[in-house]
Amino acid sequence: MSILVNQDTRLLVQGITGRDGLFHTERMLEYGTKVVAGVTPGKGGQTVLGIPVFNTVAEAVAKTGANTSVIYVPAKFAKAALLEVAASPLKLVVCITEGVPTLDALEAFEQLKAAGIRLIGPNCPGLISPGSCKVGILPAQIHKPGRVGVVSRSGTLTYEIVAALTAAGLGQSTCIGIGGDPVIGSRFVDLLPLFEADPGTDSVVLVGEIGGQDEVEAARYFQQHMTKPIVAFMAGLTAPPGRRMGHAGALIGGANETAAAKTEALNRAGIPVARITSEIPGLIFSKLTKP
Amino acid sequence: MKIHEYQAHALFAEFGIPTPGGRMAADAATAAQTAQELGLPVVLKAQVHSGGRGKAGGVKLITTAAELQPAAEKILGLTINGLPVRKLFVCPAITVASESYLSLLIDRGQATLTFIGCADGGVEIEETAKTSPEKIRRLAVRIAEARHLSRETCRPFAQLLFREAGQAEAAIDIMLGMAKLFLARDCSLVEINPLVVDGRGKVLALDGKIQFDDNALFRHEETEQLRDMDAEDREELEAKAAGLSFVRLEGNIGCMVNGAGLAMATMDIIKYFGGKPANFLDVGGSSNPNKIVDAFRMILRDKQVKIIFINIFGGITRCDDVARGILAARAQLTIDVPIIIRLVGTNEAQARELLGESDMKVALTLEEGAQMAAKWVQAL
Repeated sequence: MSILVNQDTRLLVQGITGRDGLFHTERMLEYGTKVVAGVTPGKGGQTVLGIPVFNTVAEAVAKTGANTSVIYVPAKFAKAALLEVAASPLKLVVCITEGVPTLDALEAFEQLKAAGIRLIGPNCPGLISPGSCKVGILPAQIHKPGRVGVVSRSGTLTYEIVAALTAAGLGQSTCIGIGGDPVIGSRFVDLLPLFEADPGTDSVVLVGEIGGQDEVEAARYFQQHMTKPIVAFMAGLTAPPGRRMGHAGALIGGANETAAAKTEALNRAGIPVARITSEIPGLIFSKLTKP
Repeated sequence: MKIHEYQAHALFAEFGIPTPGGRMAADAATAAQTAQELGLPVVLKAQVHSGGRGKAGGVKLITTAAELQPAAEKILGLTINGLPVRKLFVCPAITVASESYLSLLIDRGQATLTFIGCADGGVEIEETAKTSPEKIRRLAVRIAEARHLSRETCRPFAQLLFREAGQAEAAIDIMLGMAKLFLARDCSLVEINPLVVDGRGKVLALDGKIQFDDNALFRHEETEQLRDMDAEDREELEAKAAGLSFVRLEGNIGCMVNGAGLAMATMDIIKYFGGKPANFLDVGGSSNPNKIVDAFRMILRDKQVKIIFINIFGGITRCDDVARGILAARAQLTIDVPIIIRLVGTNEAQARELLGESDMKVALTLEEGAQMAAKWVQAL
């Protein structure tokens, strides 16, 4: 079992003819993801990797029955791509694109929300339900099917943690990278309920970082609504305030946005925070075996 | 991206937000002359991208002509939080009847534009938010709404800040100007602190801060021109031009990592094992070997660095490309500190073959590498 993507996912790739779009479409196909359509304005009628390319999302959905989209278009075209999805019957869109202007993301997100469409990202690695479906750019080989859910604001740090889980024999139900930007479509509190409700997930690993208050809200949600255990990791304990650490969202604004403050909030809610990544599997085992 | 106060005031004026009408001066003589033109008293304010200017002696009220030049010279000689003062903002001193706080920013949690207001201004707003959160007023505005912001939407909020009707209406005008400025220039913050009522009952922006969304700079040539190269961290700019993300720190273990989250975690884990990271460095997701050479160059410029830890978890980044970059760097640069390499993921085997037998230390995990680096430095 898994959340959001599975064997029933029929994927549309926006920007399929671009360098990144093409490379990762091939990787997704190798993994067994059902990629049914591509969209590149002006390139409709072509076929790429055996997949039909359309000019618009509307046409692609009508002709192929796609239900999910993944976006690899350059940052300046991301808003238009997202707004096309907002006007379509799709239910889920994953925006991999990095560097999307915040106001563009905000406006597209407002419209997607109004249309009842879930957005993951932007500036994220996507998500994978090991063994059945991969949407995005995550390296497939480190994952293995299992019962741990992973939700993270980071990319490569997530891979590090997933590899540690897999090495310890802990497979994953679904791993989601939610993105490193200040405005993202799905935050921890939007996804934790799905893991809580998923019969295929026993526990959740939450990977946070400096900036914003998402981890604190997640801690509150956990305390009030969750029965499944969460184990966390917080990046940025050594980050100096006021300096942007790569991610646009990773900037310590106020005192309550530091890794230390968030670690404290998570601990207070009963969520153990690993100090080093290799502690994570052990913390999960101890949480799962406790009555 | 940040700009100076005098530049923020100019943008306020452009968008119809009233200010006391100060001017910038880059030397003491010009500052003195500008002050005479504006009429005394004036306030001289150091222009640096840092808070705490007042405490550092960077803000001074001048009432007599004789004080002008020496005071200006003194402030221009200051270094505030490591930043040398190169410009002064000369601002007419005004009588302040009351001070409040007003800003427009993006509320990350709610994913909306939000006005933040507080009738008590001039102080650290974060402090007020902690001690008396009930004093902080908020007004969330959708983007579609912000484009055609109406006086009616703003009025109840403005009336919470100003009881006097004329002043509340003036505050509405300021809010409309802030929204226009925010959207037109892709800001991430427009802040007026304090927003004051002067002796004649006029509402003015006395001090302002504007920050811009770096992701949107590609469509704002006019904003890019406001960048003060002297006030920015040169290394961070240089890194950005090379496609890297770099922040210099105080330690002696150079770090080269792919991905911002992993780069932060690598620093944290080095610290956990008793070491001190010399920098944050994210080489990004692409696989260009030249970026690795640039990354080496930036790390090695810091003579504090005693060892370099390269931590790559290949996803989009291909380990063989990183290996090629390492070989190129060793051929082009003088690297006189040891290197610890941890390369896993995409094309890991090819990378190992490329690097072959070498004197570089190999770590299998992030933690092993971090521990090796920390121990090496401690043994020195």
